[in-house]
Amino acid sequence: MSVTKKLMYINRRAPYGTIYAWESLEVVLIGAAFEQDVSMAFIDDGIYQLLKGQDTNDIGMKNFSPTYSALGDFEVTQIFVEKESLEARGLALDDLMHLTYEDEDEDYAEKDSIKVVSSSELADIMEQQDVLYNF
Amino acid sequence: MATLHTVNKSPTDRNTLEACLRLAKGGSSVLMIEDGVYGALKGTQKSGIVEDAMKDIKFYVLGGDLKARGIEENKLIDGVNVVDYAGFVNLATENDRVQSWL
Amino acid sequence: MKFGIQINEGPYTHEASDTAYHFIKAALDNGHEIFRIFFYHDGVHNGTRLTAPPQDDRNIVNRWTELAEKHDLDLVVCVAAAQRRGIADADEAKRNGKDTDNIAPGFRISGLGQLIEAGIQSDRLLVFGD
Repeated sequence: MSVTKKLMYINRRAPYGTIYAWESLEVVLIGAAFEQDVSMAFIDDGIYQLLKGQDTNDIGMKNFSPTYSALGDFEVTQIFVEKESLEARGLALDDLMHLTYEDEDEDYAEKDSIKVVSSSELADIMEQQDVLYNF
Repeated sequence: MATLHTVNKSPTDRNTLEACLRLAKGGSSVLMIEDGVYGALKGTQKSGIVEDAMKDIKFYVLGGDLKARGIEENKLIDGVNVVDYAGFVNLATENDRVQSWL
Repeated sequence: MKFGIQINEGPYTHEASDTAYHFIKAALDNGHEIFRIFFYHDGVHNGTRLTAPPQDDRNIVNRWTELAEKHDLDLVVCVAAAQRRGIADADEAKRNGKDTDNIAPGFRISGLGQLIEAGIQSDRLLVFGD
């Protein structure tokens, strides 16, 4: 399969209340094997997936939030968070997990995966995609 | 380059239509399907967001979903186009990608 | 044009699989091709042959089976989502020590890679969900 496409995974769901966030993360991990140009967008309540300090012990579900930190190892390095959604929830970048990747082109320097972008910037980025996966 | 956005939630129940319109660029098309068709009604608390966006976004609504819900076409915001499933297919082919807002 | 379809919800509770069905029929009627229909999340419930809806309602599962037969469609149920929700073919049932399978004719169980591939190989991917 030699075609390279721009694939974006769009996340608008909070975790745990429904399974969408978890199962969409599974798609992203599997998708990494296809060596496409991949990015993720976190919009609306999807931002809550990235919140620090998740502890699911009392609800008896698997805490899948550590998996986001592994995304860099799967070469998922473009994670866009919509600024307007972040602000609408009274949150700042510091409230989110610190997600990083090692940049092969720059002697494996550690870089931030999350980029906070405005609605209009994200609209432009979405317009450049070939495929938009929604869950 | 343009995007077809589908919206399947009522704007008086969920923020899906608002999210769509925040992130849809000028030149896009928005198709309201399923409970999304309530977004095409005029005179609701949310009609204004569609009317304001109409300057540079085209709006469509799926006729079968309208009829099923007892909505007559004269209740729709002026300028919203009614399409059937074949029209849905055409919109998907005429645009470069489809963003399914859920 | 080649369409990939992702269906995220089961039959009856949500309109998603109805809309997907009507879209796919219209696409086929207008000479388009369906590369694959991928059932994910609760969408895997579209693939059980054990549903028995009332006579005066549409039979969503049979409708998929018939459409697949007529147009040689590829109906794929996600294996991970299916295991969680109790949808199994003979192999899966055996592997997991179950006494029966329940997959409907025309469906097959496979991995999430099939969804990614549908996105890559199709001209357009459409998602139907909640």
